[in-house]
Amino acid sequence: MTDRPAHDEQNHKMQEEHDREAHDHDEHGGDESPTAEDLGPDQVSGDAPVASRWRGHAKLAGALIAVLVALLGFAIAVQVHSNSTSDSLSNARDDDLIRILDDQNSRAERLREQVAALQTTADQLQASGDRDGVAQQQAEQQAQDLAILLGTVPATGPGVRITITDPKHGLKAEDLLDVVEELRGAGAEAIQFGSVRIGTDSYFQDSSTSVVSVDGQPLSAPYEVLAIGDAQTLQTALEIPGGVAATARAAGGDAEVEQAATVDITATRTVANPRYAKPTGR
Amino acid sequence: MIALVALVAGVVAGLLLHPTVPGWLEPYLPIAVVAALDAVFGAARAWLVKIFDAKVFVVSFVSNVLVAALIVYLGDKLGVGGQLSTAVVVVLGIRIFGNAAAIRRHIFRA
Repeated sequence: MTDRPAHDEQNHKMQEEHDREAHDHDEHGGDESPTAEDLGPDQVSGDAPVASRWRGHAKLAGALIAVLVALLGFAIAVQVHSNSTSDSLSNARDDDLIRILDDQNSRAERLREQVAALQTTADQLQASGDRDGVAQQQAEQQAQDLAILLGTVPATGPGVRITITDPKHGLKAEDLLDVVEELRGAGAEAIQFGSVRIGTDSYFQDSSTSVVSVDGQPLSAPYEVLAIGDAQTLQTALEIPGGVAATARAAGGDAEVEQAATVDITATRTVANPRYAKPTGR
Repeated sequence: MIALVALVAGVVAGLLLHPTVPGWLEPYLPIAVVAALDAVFGAARAWLVKIFDAKVFVVSFVSNVLVAALIVYLGDKLGVGGQLSTAVVVVLGIRIFGNAAAIRRHIFRA
């Protein structure tokens, strides 16, 4: 832009200085580097017409530079923007895209395997939950059954109502026990003797204060016995010759058996926890 | 000075307009930007040592961008686009560092 020869001389001096202090002489070649070789013949030789033409168009050159640099700034901004906002895949190369796709595929495969494994686990847990539910239902049912048989809960159902009269007090504890035995033998599932629920550990005892006591509770005639079971079978069992009814009649009393569609046994008994016997598995 | 103003104006325009880069330009724009940066650093250095020449700058700027884009294009066609882009960036980066070092020496004398 200034006087060409002076410029060149200064240039050369400067170049020497540069060569001395830096050996990157080649690296600043090309663009604006000040080496004589790089400046090209037209500039080194100070080709007057060319130079003057460029100097004449200084304004144009300035505008051109401004445009180019503005373009550069614009490109930088656009690139930075597109790099940071748009998803990075659109800028990726085919190789990278294939690699990413492979990665995603293998990842999806892994996740699918995980899903399958977890699904299996869930199914197993579901099945075991169902099994647990069924087992619990069965256990509850069994507990109910046992409670009825043990006499810890009230019970209702078809059965017989027996009224034993004994005006002469001729019936002993063993005769009354025979009633229970007979009912049990006929398949009675729940028995109430007077106000006492008969259980596995019930006992009959002759008593001095009253005629007889059941499980320590004194009872006296007439005895009312309730039994749940097959009514016909129970009645037959009680009235067989030489059976309970016959015994009562022989003792001067009577045993009246009445079948009922619904017998409500409300008396219950408590069951003590076993002190010695321990359950052993199933 | 006018260059600095133009650079800022360009950046502002790019930020304000939010243009989307067309698909065919996407592989070339980053390389072109680096190449142009190389030219600008060379120009800045030349300007500092007072041998700036507008013609050299304009020609080097345009040719740098074009050659860089051409190399990337060729690389893509040959199937070594990624590696060639890296190579171009490395070479231009070295040159930018060299020019920056010269500018630093000139300004700070160190």
